[in-house]
Amino acid sequence: MMLELFVYGIVLGSIIALGAIGLTLVYGILRFANFAHGDLMTAGAYVGLFLVSSLFPLIGIPREPLGPFSFGWRMVAAFPVAMAAVSGIAILLDRLIYRRLRQKGSSAVILAISALGASLIVRMVVLILWGGDYRSFFPGVLRPAMELPFGVKIRPDQVLIIGVAALLMVSLYLFLHYTKTGKAMRATADNMELARISGIRTERIVLWTWAIGGALAAAGGVLYGIDVQIHPGMGWNFLLPLFAAAILGGIGKVHGALIGGLVIGVLQQLSTAWLLPTYKPAVAFIGMIIILLVRPQGIFGGETGGT
Amino acid sequence: MSLLVVEGVRAGYNEEVDILQGVSLRVEPGQIVAIIGPNGAGKSTLLKTVFGILRPKEGRIVFDGEEIGGLPPEVIVRKGMSYVPQVRNVFPSLTVQENLEMGAFVREDDYRGRLEEIYQVFPDLREKRHQKVGRLSGGQRQMVAMGRALMLDPKLLLLDEPSAGLAPSAVSAVFDRIMEINRRGVAILIVEQNAKEALRLSNYGYVLTMGRNALEGPGEELLRDEEVGRLYLGRG
Amino acid sequence: MELEGLLAYLVSLAIMASIYAVFCLGLNIQWGYTGLFNIGIAGFFCLGAYTSALITTSMPRGIYAHYVRQLFGLGLPFPFGLIGAALICGLVAFLIGIPTLRLREDYLAIATIGIAETFRLVFNNEGWLANGPRGLMGLPQPLQGVVPPEYYNYFYLAVVFCVMWAVYVAIERAIRSPWGRVLKAIREDEISAAMSGKDVFLFKMQSLVLGSMIMGIGGALYAHYTRAISPDVFTPLYGTFIIWVMLMAGGSGNNRGAILGAFLIWGIWTGTKFLTDLLPYTMKARAPYIRFLIVGILLEFILLYRPQGILGEEKRVSRFLDEG
Repeated sequence: MMLELFVYGIVLGSIIALGAIGLTLVYGILRFANFAHGDLMTAGAYVGLFLVSSLFPLIGIPREPLGPFSFGWRMVAAFPVAMAAVSGIAILLDRLIYRRLRQKGSSAVILAISALGASLIVRMVVLILWGGDYRSFFPGVLRPAMELPFGVKIRPDQVLIIGVAALLMVSLYLFLHYTKTGKAMRATADNMELARISGIRTERIVLWTWAIGGALAAAGGVLYGIDVQIHPGMGWNFLLPLFAAAILGGIGKVHGALIGGLVIGVLQQLSTAWLLPTYKPAVAFIGMIIILLVRPQGIFGGETGGT
Repeated sequence: MSLLVVEGVRAGYNEEVDILQGVSLRVEPGQIVAIIGPNGAGKSTLLKTVFGILRPKEGRIVFDGEEIGGLPPEVIVRKGMSYVPQVRNVFPSLTVQENLEMGAFVREDDYRGRLEEIYQVFPDLREKRHQKVGRLSGGQRQMVAMGRALMLDPKLLLLDEPSAGLAPSAVSAVFDRIMEINRRGVAILIVEQNAKEALRLSNYGYVLTMGRNALEGPGEELLRDEEVGRLYLGRG
Repeated sequence: MELEGLLAYLVSLAIMASIYAVFCLGLNIQWGYTGLFNIGIAGFFCLGAYTSALITTSMPRGIYAHYVRQLFGLGLPFPFGLIGAALICGLVAFLIGIPTLRLREDYLAIATIGIAETFRLVFNNEGWLANGPRGLMGLPQPLQGVVPPEYYNYFYLAVVFCVMWAVYVAIERAIRSPWGRVLKAIREDEISAAMSGKDVFLFKMQSLVLGSMIMGIGGALYAHYTRAISPDVFTPLYGTFIIWVMLMAGGSGNNRGAILGAFLIWGIWTGTKFLTDLLPYTMKARAPYIRFLIVGILLEFILLYRPQGILGEEKRVSRFLDEG
């Protein structure tokens, strides 16, 4: 039973990690706590919903599920499109709001408040367009669970979620360590002034950061929708786990956010053995407070949370 | 034609206060020019203004025949000038090689040849090239900082207190490398607290106090000058 | 609308705005004067409301005990509810402050979100505490037997106004004192303040506790106005976000700005209710979302073009300067 919860924790943790990596990337380069990041996940899920239920049927993509999964070609096509769309939304928010505030020299708190405002705007747009109900990507499609050793039941969808998340994270690693832009991103996160001095166009790096952060958030949102359901408040519910994961791993460290995401996911799922599932955000929160008290720089030593 | 001409420059960190109150200097191609003076005289501020981190409020800065006053660092670095700040002058979580690669960021060509040359100037860095710079010693980090700045083949290198915070053995290694860099044809404008060493290796020196020019002259003359000796070189 | 209806409408508007003004005054101490980034106001809103409710209602007896469960019920009069709410909120703020006040601003913010969420979850799921999701109803109002029902709201408006005014005067006094000047110094430059020998942590704690006590009073005032509370009332939107918009709009660091912002934004909020009438039938359910979208966009405009709010920050901080 606990082992099963642990495996579900890895599934949930992979999704949290995708969001936390984007959050930590943005923080590392802009020193900005993006309170709207959870709602970027929501945006990804709903763009996915729009594509799968409205747009793609119109252009004739078939709806039959592929293999043992609950989704078909529509979702396969929708996934990258949703990622690109939320990259665009993230860049748009930066251009319209955050960049102007940065140029004015606004304090970190003003930026954070503006992110709260942006999160509200995104959430309200979703509510206006789709209403507040819970939605499934593929209503009525059930796929039986596979049975793994030790009696752990897992759905093929969930295995794929872990696989896709892993693939995205490996791609990100290769990008950050083997491409010029990726290295420049890591350099800018280390020392933005020196990056400028070296001739790196840091504004372009900022755009890349938002694009990648938005794309990963969208991926997390869509994958979560495949696993469970989507609703307009889902992103806000992810906010605490995302921050907990990023802080746990050491804010600004991508590999930290990965590990942190998995840990938080596992902790949340394991907690359901004793607590009601609705307490999961509280579990993430308590975990985060403990980390901040015991080792504020996180596992991999990002910045400390102290004054 | 002089490589760098600075004429009557006023600059500061905010609207109200001017740190530099009308400073002038020249650097000829291939020269080493030192700027010495007491703390707060504006030496670092001068370098930052030349490199475009600060905008000059008055005066001219001409590099290689071109007016560069007011241009930002990203543009100036592409014109053949490089800058090594005093602190936070490396990318700690990147490896030595990656730091150098960042130095070459604006190059479109294959710069592996240049990388080789840098490793010849700094042989210690070659063996450590896949180590994260954050783990290196102070002296080695300073080498990485200078190597990064050299990747673009600059005509002029600005160094802000390269010996600051280093152990004496590391200091002599750093100054040794500076001579080697100059031998390969790079002009150097160096700001230093360690006035004696700086004047010893430089062709020409400027003494700055309170944001203005105080004294100037060939390096050796300033070394022997009594007043300079008393104020800055520690002679009674 | 006839005059009487309009008047009743304005009175209820004024009551809510005044209650929110109390919250803004509390937030102003924490953020406006000390720079504490508290986005968990909803938590103290919730705690204050429930505390006052539990203090002023009696334990359910007889058949009611089947429907309503609560941890305690003291059946005390309204003022005890207010005081109790303030004290409990102050105590909880103190306990929360111990681990969190040393954190950097954005970390403190996340911690406050977590606290508010945790409170809401606990009140929602632990039915034995305060009846869980069904909440508590039939909360008593001060002098409800004495004042005739048709005039009751006018009376309650007067009550709320008095409380708001008392809080305003108390804070204005405190801010002009040496204590208030230290708070301001901490917000401007914490390191310098620390180096001049002030125990920064202590001052921040006092600011946190005092602000939270005031928010607790606001929660109590709310509970006895609406007479029914449940966990889903205290959402991040109505319980935290709108208060921030109010303070940013009116002028953070300015108590008059706090009150002005509350009235202004609540006025805009209720004003947009008429939007609902303009919408086609199918969209009416979505009206609150459109209205909140407007509020969100308004906030961004304020931050971009007038972050100091309408009144801006107060200039004078010393009573000696005033009198001199």
